[in-house]
Amino acid sequence: MTVCELTGGVPAARNPAESGRGTIVVQQEVGRSGRRAVRAVLKHAPMLVTAGAIGMLGGCVNVAAPDKPIVIELNINIRQEVFYRLDAQAAKTIEENKDIF
Amino acid sequence: MTRLSMKSLKSVAAAAAAMLLVTGPVALHAEGRSPEYAAARAAGQVGEQQDGYLGVVGNQPASVVAMVRDINNKRRAVYTEGATASKSTVQEYATATACRLLADTKPGEKYQAPDGSWQTRGASMPPRPSGCK
Repeated sequence: MTVCELTGGVPAARNPAESGRGTIVVQQEVGRSGRRAVRAVLKHAPMLVTAGAIGMLGGCVNVAAPDKPIVIELNINIRQEVFYRLDAQAAKTIEENKDIF
Repeated sequence: MTRLSMKSLKSVAAAAAAMLLVTGPVALHAEGRSPEYAAARAAGQVGEQQDGYLGVVGNQPASVVAMVRDINNKRRAVYTEGATASKSTVQEYATATACRLLADTKPGEKYQAPDGSWQTRGASMPPRPSGCK
């Protein structure tokens, strides 16, 4: 038996947004009508089967942290912002000093 | 109405000036330039650099070198003025102006490529500093 640190042994659909709702629906409907409850279960069957399959496979999703630091290049964007801002004024400067441009 | 027609008249005049510039040897665009500067530009003795200043292309007479120095001193003065007004650095303002000066070069004029080599402007836009509008 392998022990997976990140997702091992945990079914993929454990996230409350996915399976939680399904369970609640089933529980509510059991009180009212058996058939509807069965239908509700069937409705969510594919999801449960998928979740089970993933659980059975015991798929380890290994997320490896990058060994290099993450570098984001911002210089170009900053330059561009500056030049966009100065463009109209630069045009005026050229226009007003035609003798040197 | 009058303003509109004046505007269209102006654009017609501009188009005519542009045509003259392409066909005739007299450059109307250079109305503000001294004859020496206009001649040096046309002869490819001087060219636009990537930093907003004028450069001397190769070996040129001392008079051309002195003229370029004088023009660049004046350019630095207006860049400093513009940088103060726009709360930017002189270098930023100079480069923003270079974006336009390089784009405004006419075919046949010289410009300095980012690698430092002097090139002759063709029909297409010359390479400009990164980040130009």
